[in-house]
Amino acid sequence: MAEYQNIFTQVQVKGPPELGIDERGVLTNERTESTSNNTLVGRLGNAQLGPIHLGMFGVVSIYLFAVWFMIVGFGMLQSVGYNFAEFFQRLFWLSLDPPLEKHGLSFPPLNEGGLYMIASMCLLLSVLSWWVRSYLRAHELGMGKHVCWAFAAAIWLFLCLGLFRPLAMGSWSEMVPYGIFPHLDWTNYFSLNYGNLFYNPFHALCIAFLYGSALLFAMHGATILAVSRLGGDRELEQIYDRGTASERAALFWRWTMGFNASMEGIHRWAWWFAVLVPITGGIGIILTGTVVDDWRYWAIEHGFATEVPYSVPESSLIKE
Amino acid sequence: MALLSFERKYRVPGGTLIGRDLFDFWVGPFYVGFFGLMTVFFASLGTLLILWGAAQQGTWNPFLISINPPAIEYGLSFAPLHDGGLWQIITICAHGAFIAWLLREVEICRKLGIGFHIPAAFGVAIFAYTSLVVIRPILMGAWGHAFPYGIFSHLDWVSYTGYQYGNFHYNPVHMLAVSLFFTTALALSLHGGLILSAANPEKGEEAKTPDHEDTYFRDFIGYSIGTLGIHRLGLLLAVNAAFWSAICILISGPAWIWPEGSSWIDWWEWWPRLTTFSAGG
Repeated sequence: MAEYQNIFTQVQVKGPPELGIDERGVLTNERTESTSNNTLVGRLGNAQLGPIHLGMFGVVSIYLFAVWFMIVGFGMLQSVGYNFAEFFQRLFWLSLDPPLEKHGLSFPPLNEGGLYMIASMCLLLSVLSWWVRSYLRAHELGMGKHVCWAFAAAIWLFLCLGLFRPLAMGSWSEMVPYGIFPHLDWTNYFSLNYGNLFYNPFHALCIAFLYGSALLFAMHGATILAVSRLGGDRELEQIYDRGTASERAALFWRWTMGFNASMEGIHRWAWWFAVLVPITGGIGIILTGTVVDDWRYWAIEHGFATEVPYSVPESSLIKE
Repeated sequence: MALLSFERKYRVPGGTLIGRDLFDFWVGPFYVGFFGLMTVFFASLGTLLILWGAAQQGTWNPFLISINPPAIEYGLSFAPLHDGGLWQIITICAHGAFIAWLLREVEICRKLGIGFHIPAAFGVAIFAYTSLVVIRPILMGAWGHAFPYGIFSHLDWVSYTGYQYGNFHYNPVHMLAVSLFFTTALALSLHGGLILSAANPEKGEEAKTPDHEDTYFRDFIGYSIGTLGIHRLGLLLAVNAAFWSAICILISGPAWIWPEGSSWIDWWEWWPRLTTFSAGG
């Protein structure tokens, strides 16, 4: 058994492509027609790429995303005087910046953040359009909308950063710049300006759920692979009709930590952990600078931080 | 007690690594085994030492209790009990408990006749912890470089340590690790959502099949990794997130890699140099 751990697919079988369920007989015409196989991808999961059902919302979404991407690119190019050599040299440092602070919530001139606002509008509409697809594709197949609502949670964080908090602060200049290093700098200064974000309890929750998600996926992925010899990866079948794979998976955790989820329940844990990352993160963002100006001071006030800042421990015995 | 309806037939002797059938029993739902006893021993001792340390520190506020590592001056030697020695013993206890827990998982896997993916993955988590409190301090020459055991004191340490390197976000391996964490959460939400949406369809619909899952994801993004693949992907993403997190801090500090005080922002200077040829000098 030790040699069979099912990490990669060892033999790839190529049959006719799976073109997807089409119970009403309308989807096939709306899907792309060709599929291909990628052997490398097939080592890990299905080798088949495509078909895709883009539809109107898909086309709109891709188009608007491309417009956002181009505007950001041209904004960066403009900042180096349309010098392509310098553009590549400073690519990671360049950014398209949000409006200047003096413009508040009014629409700024194009070169003082107006371009950024247009790009942001494109990005927002692109994301929302893709979100509509997550609903429509599920509805077409008569499925639940769990993926759609999880996506909505991510959009909540996106809106907290780019819409709700700037509105509450009264300035579009609070938005995040579009650029590799500049958005990291923004994150860094956001924490420094508001007295160390680590003391923001919602930031703490957000990170706990983020790490928790990694922990859960490691536990769940490993459990399913460990019982894949017994058909454990056929989760839906196991939910509808429990087999020995589910029983052993459950007993592993019961014997290890005294508690086990069911084959369906583990996916509810997974969904909630993942979804609570952006939900709690978004709450932490909109409270910062609006309700709380200095998280460290706030923590001292509420008795979970002390006045003494951290430094590398020094010995009271050695130093004299 | 606490037996699931199907549990009886799985509770068979065997599969132990140490002690034959001496410790081969359950307490309530918990399997014990030799390593179960080891876990209880180390975990209890460690917890008691933390409580003792808290009593010495003089606070019972759980957010403020902190067991600090020895001062830098002690280097890699043993420190007096209340000057970091407690931290050293607790670190040993933590390793004892974690490693015993891992071996107990191996015994349970053997007992159930399933793969060893879970203890293997747990091993990577232990490696991440060991990196922070053992490997990196040894590379840097003092236990004082490890983090303190406390809810907010360890966050202070992360803050403090991060700013020793300018802006830690510029650490390329930190970038990789954070991206992996975000991707893991994304993949987890998609997998959880997909299974739930198939098992809990619209009102009046019949429960769905893996064919529906594949169809949904191909319609949605043009690719469905499949029921087996998603668990491989999830495990790989999560394990890599932990592994590269460990690497990103291991390379921050050791003098021969990226010594303390040098900024990760400067690390990126190779990029403009590399592309200077195109700038024409």
